Amino acid sequence: MTLLTVENLDLQFDTDEGRIVAVDDVSFELDSGEVLGLVGESGSGKSVTAKSLMQLNPSNAAYGPASEIYLDLQHKVVDVLSLKSSRDLEIVRGGAISMIFQEPMASFAPAITIGSQMVEQLLIHTSLSKKEAEVLSVEMLNRVGISEADKRFYQYAFELSGGMRQRAMIAMALSTKPKVLIADEPTTALDVTIQAQVLDLMKDLVAEFGMAILFITHDLSVIAQTADRVAVMYLGKILETGTVRQVIQTPAHPYTQGLLNSLPRLDALDEPLTPVAGDIPSPLERPPGCVFHTRCPKAKPGICDQTIPGLYPVDSGQCAACFALTQDWSGVT
Amino acid sequence: MRGLLCPDPRLVRRYLENNNMVGTSHISVRNLSVHFPLGRQLFGKPPVVRAVDGVSLEIPKGSFFGLVGESGSGKTTLGRAILKAAPITSGQILYRDDEIKYDLGNIGKEQLKDYRARAQLIFQDPYAALSPRMTVRDIIAEPLEVMGITDTRSATDDRVREIASKCRLNLEHLRRFPHAFSGGQRQRISIARALVCNPKFVVADESVAALDVSIQADILNLLESLRGELQNTFLFISHDLSVVAHICDTVAVMYLGILVESAPTRSLFSNPSHPYTKALLSAIPSLDPDIRGKAQKLEGEIPSPVNPPSGCKFHTRCPVAEEHCRREVPLWRELSEGHSVACHFAEPKPLPENIYN
Repeated sequence: MTLLTVENLDLQFDTDEGRIVAVDDVSFELDSGEVLGLVGESGSGKSVTAKSLMQLNPSNAAYGPASEIYLDLQHKVVDVLSLKSSRDLEIVRGGAISMIFQEPMASFAPAITIGSQMVEQLLIHTSLSKKEAEVLSVEMLNRVGISEADKRFYQYAFELSGGMRQRAMIAMALSTKPKVLIADEPTTALDVTIQAQVLDLMKDLVAEFGMAILFITHDLSVIAQTADRVAVMYLGKILETGTVRQVIQTPAHPYTQGLLNSLPRLDALDEPLTPVAGDIPSPLERPPGCVFHTRCPKAKPGICDQTIPGLYPVDSGQCAACFALTQDWSGVT
Repeated sequence: MRGLLCPDPRLVRRYLENNNMVGTSHISVRNLSVHFPLGRQLFGKPPVVRAVDGVSLEIPKGSFFGLVGESGSGKTTLGRAILKAAPITSGQILYRDDEIKYDLGNIGKEQLKDYRARAQLIFQDPYAALSPRMTVRDIIAEPLEVMGITDTRSATDDRVREIASKCRLNLEHLRRFPHAFSGGQRQRISIARALVCNPKFVVADESVAALDVSIQADILNLLESLRGELQNTFLFISHDLSVVAHICDTVAVMYLGILVESAPTRSLFSNPSHPYTKALLSAIPSLDPDIRGKAQKLEGEIPSPVNPPSGCKFHTRCPVAEEHCRREVPLWRELSEGHSVACHFAEPKPLPENIYN
């Protein structure tokens, strides 16, 4: 069994304006040492999907009855969605799964030193003594390339620069030796030069610790540099999955193609930028049929706006949810 | 001594003459410094943040001028100083269009009011920039009303509709509030508000940084077409070099309050001559999964502008820095037409190909 299995994940939010479908029938697997990239625009449900792995979504979230998330911890298999009490949830929250957030300033408590925050979570999730936890924390800060780690240990988040804070965040997330690391836009708020340093560090750490990473980003070039496999999300659905080469070099779904065409590329300065036509629909007005048909250049009325496409295989390992990939497409008018 | 930090005005003049641009430079910044004092001290002078420290540049009329650099490099402060929204410590900023000339260090209250209608700003975050309690129509009309540009309500409405349709906003949505709009639509509202008083000069400060790629492409295309239509000059501030490469004609690279390189876009991207520019270009993640980890990495982080390094400000992170880089400020030199750089190594000894390992 693979390390993490997500099957038919459905997630809806009850709001004053009505029920919002945030995640719709999402399935994927993640194995140790693997980096899965989850790409999509804002509002595509990528963060919500990741948070479901730890049940971190707000209380108005309702999981579908067929949704299943399994985590294989060798000695036992955890059915994440069946965990109820916060004590049980500690197995996944910060234990087997850690998370790095986009804005490190917002994820450190401002009035507690970096060191005591790191020690606190180690005391909860490991059997280390306070002394050992302190030693390990300084060691981890050192490992992620923070200079004078023993001094930084006693500093507050505001005393560190953006790149340093993100490194400290990574050190904290990895000190409990999680099986899965969720990285939610970890480099979006950083400068390119610092982004390159942080991405490099993450690559080294995967090799060293052998954990699995779920890497969430809207930036396809960052995905190209980090992920092994990619899943492209749009309005809560996975529209295409495959290896990073397949998805970026031979994208099959019109949405993936659209995303790639709208990227400014340094090797093609003269080519015009082609945005994906139209705006992402409001989650309250979810399109029937294929969720992308309202913006799709290939959409055919009568098919795409009525039936939901399944994931069709394109190549070994690559699938896309688009009717244009089926054999009888050209025959249909 | 400070004059050496910035382009020789004669070189700038020659470049402009060669390109038939004499008198057409829209903004001339000469040896500009913007310093912010840090608190007060009992004895002696308080420490100063040297946000902009001796910058000279010429923004030609009708150009799309890119300003790039890491956060903390002073690019936003420079943009704000040009808009007269940051204090000018020393140096000069000249504004010149077909009708009028202003020296921004020395501008009266009435003139400043007029200047506000000529120079406008588009903000980064379209969620924070729009008041949630005003309708889209009121947001776009506010500059007209505040500056007293239109006389009657119907004239205001006409102008709002005109600019809204130019910015591809749905005219039926003008009565709605901003919360009903997506990020891309909000940024279009923000652009319409900046352009409604028909400014000649617009500063776009990280205007696409908060947007998704497909919306980003849409907004870039919109800015491009608006420039063609309205003939404005744009100062485009961004940390994203691939965006700048696509939209700007000329690019200036800032580091710790100074310009380190400035060139026509093609020349800068095909032949980056300052090690910092090289590092910035190299740090852009490639879309090709097969060339992973080949980026030339820049070590460390940008030093504090309170206590900038001596000599060449980049020497603390520069992989080729030598002893004299620590002591001597590099001269601003022209390598080819319009392509200037401040680096001891740029000439006569060209940089080796692979300096970061």
